[in-house]
Amino acid sequence: MDPGYDLLGAFIGSEGTLGIATKITVRLSRAPQAVTTVLAAFESIEQGGQAVSAIIGAGIVPAAIEMMDALAIEAAEAAVACRYPEGAGAVLIVELDGPEAEVEQQFAQLTEICSGAFELRVAADPAERAAIWKGRKSAFAAVGRISPAYIVQDGVVPRTSLPSVLAAIDRLSAEHGIRVANVFHAGDGNLHPLVLFDDAEPGAGERAEVVSGAILDLCIEHGGSITGEHGVGVDKSRYMPRMFSETDLDTMQLVRCAFDPRGLSNPGKVFPTPRLCGEAPGVRKGAHPLVESGKAEQF
Amino acid sequence: MLRVCAERDLAVVLAGGGTKLHWGPPPERCDVLLDLCCMNEILEHAAGDLVVRAQAGVTMAALAAALAGKGQELALDVPFAEDSTVGGMLATAPAGPRAFRYGTARDLLIGITVVLADGTIARSGGKVVKNVAGYDLGKLFTGSYGTLGVIAEATFRLHPLPADRRWITAELERDELPPIAAALAASQAEPSAAEVDWPDPGGPLTLAVLVEGAAAGSRAEVLRALVGKGTVTGEPPSWWGLIQNDEVLVEVRFPATGTQAVLDVVAGTGLSLRGSVLSGRVLLESWGAIAEPELAAAVSGLRKRVEAAGGRVSVLAAPYASVDRWGQVSGLPLMRRVKEQFDPGRRMSPGRFVGGI
Repeated sequence: MDPGYDLLGAFIGSEGTLGIATKITVRLSRAPQAVTTVLAAFESIEQGGQAVSAIIGAGIVPAAIEMMDALAIEAAEAAVACRYPEGAGAVLIVELDGPEAEVEQQFAQLTEICSGAFELRVAADPAERAAIWKGRKSAFAAVGRISPAYIVQDGVVPRTSLPSVLAAIDRLSAEHGIRVANVFHAGDGNLHPLVLFDDAEPGAGERAEVVSGAILDLCIEHGGSITGEHGVGVDKSRYMPRMFSETDLDTMQLVRCAFDPRGLSNPGKVFPTPRLCGEAPGVRKGAHPLVESGKAEQF
Repeated sequence: MLRVCAERDLAVVLAGGGTKLHWGPPPERCDVLLDLCCMNEILEHAAGDLVVRAQAGVTMAALAAALAGKGQELALDVPFAEDSTVGGMLATAPAGPRAFRYGTARDLLIGITVVLADGTIARSGGKVVKNVAGYDLGKLFTGSYGTLGVIAEATFRLHPLPADRRWITAELERDELPPIAAALAASQAEPSAAEVDWPDPGGPLTLAVLVEGAAAGSRAEVLRALVGKGTVTGEPPSWWGLIQNDEVLVEVRFPATGTQAVLDVVAGTGLSLRGSVLSGRVLLESWGAIAEPELAAAVSGLRKRVEAAGGRVSVLAAPYASVDRWGQVSGLPLMRRVKEQFDPGRRMSPGRFVGGI
């Protein structure tokens, strides 16, 4: 890092609200010497989750650990015939990469950890690796086979909370009569619940939104985040005050005042209430000037 | 505390372990030295999630010991670990040998709580590694030398302690180093670090390469063959990651292509060199006292050649006010605007940072 403020760090993830990146320099790394991809089928999500915890606990940091539940598998099968083991309550896809000797050792540990799986497939070549990944990579689009419409949600919970959060999502689903297919980056607790509904059915869309929002509340309750990858945008800005205090958001917006005091760049994104630059941070007393002038609504 | 200082327009400089208070230019004014030593609790270590949340006054050594108890670490092998605190480390963002593999503080920080000059307490990030909600104030505060506010708490992502590790140590002539460094950086044996110790520019230098993780032994052999010589040990050389005398301390950053040029120009300064040839980040120390004009000339000569090679030079510590510490910094106007927003009263470590911020 060069001396000075990490403006790069502030800019990354700012969703276009601080300006436009015109030139980007990235650091490259050498492709790993060895890659091993494993598909493990478990009877239940709980067992799959236990395996994930055991992998992390063993000090292994795989390149990827992905999990799909039965509904997501069903959809993927219908879409791309990925032929994942039948009857799986959950499949785990683990990819290890790095120096050959290290991957070999970690693979041996992994096989032992996944001894509870009722089926274990190891990719013997790039074609088999692609076959293992096919189901996971098609998952989002695949749910179109089992539902006319769906919401792709993106939330994060601490890995150790995964079992209780998944159980809570199950309950939400049952309560509202809305199916949820789960696909997630199990290694870092980044969930992508696919909230399924029939948009021709009256009220179904609204119920799906309720479930989708309740999942975000779950993430916050468990000390996670309302977005792991997809960003806040406009859609989730109303959740920002549930995750951060007004002071937190005000302080973040000091950065915006430095970069873009007139709010020209992607206004309306990320922050539900724009900050008037030049104000002192802290809880605002009285109505926001933009609300008073009729230019904005405050939720 | 800060609200009181705000009311009375008192300038505040922050201290953790005080190990780097003399780094950077001296503050323009300092009415209060805010010592965070007593905010030294490890608030939460979620071992199952590989996350730790600590107050700013926890020393890096204390943190390492607590984490090691569960077989984990914060992969930042920064200098002065016994006394350096989490907050001070973040504020000055030094790097250790393993930064090549694990990144620096900004890459491992996932959440922060700060207190601004007017007493406002604010958080950003959180307790999970994947998190893109809101702006990353943590990155902004990292390396800010206390000029934006007080870092009160920090949350980091952790790594499991390496299963095994080896060092490959070899003595090389100056010109042998650049091609070997390039090969190491691209090696699929994935070394975690490669440090150079060059106490006397007239003589040879010592290269030490660290390989960590499973099968470290066999990977070490691969790396030793790559270097062409050397011995493999289970312990680091005594100079590993060490800053011995930082009364005068110059940091040189450079791209891989500039390695030869940097070695050549440093040889002419009489300063000793130690640091990461893989990360392109080395520190120069002076064995004896060095007079002001001598130092200024050395730095200016260094700067010219290093910048021509695509790098930069920062004088982290020097007993002289006249030396240009930071050199040219791009983006300064925007940085000034950030400062104005966070500390309009200019009371947080004023003058200690780039561009006189």
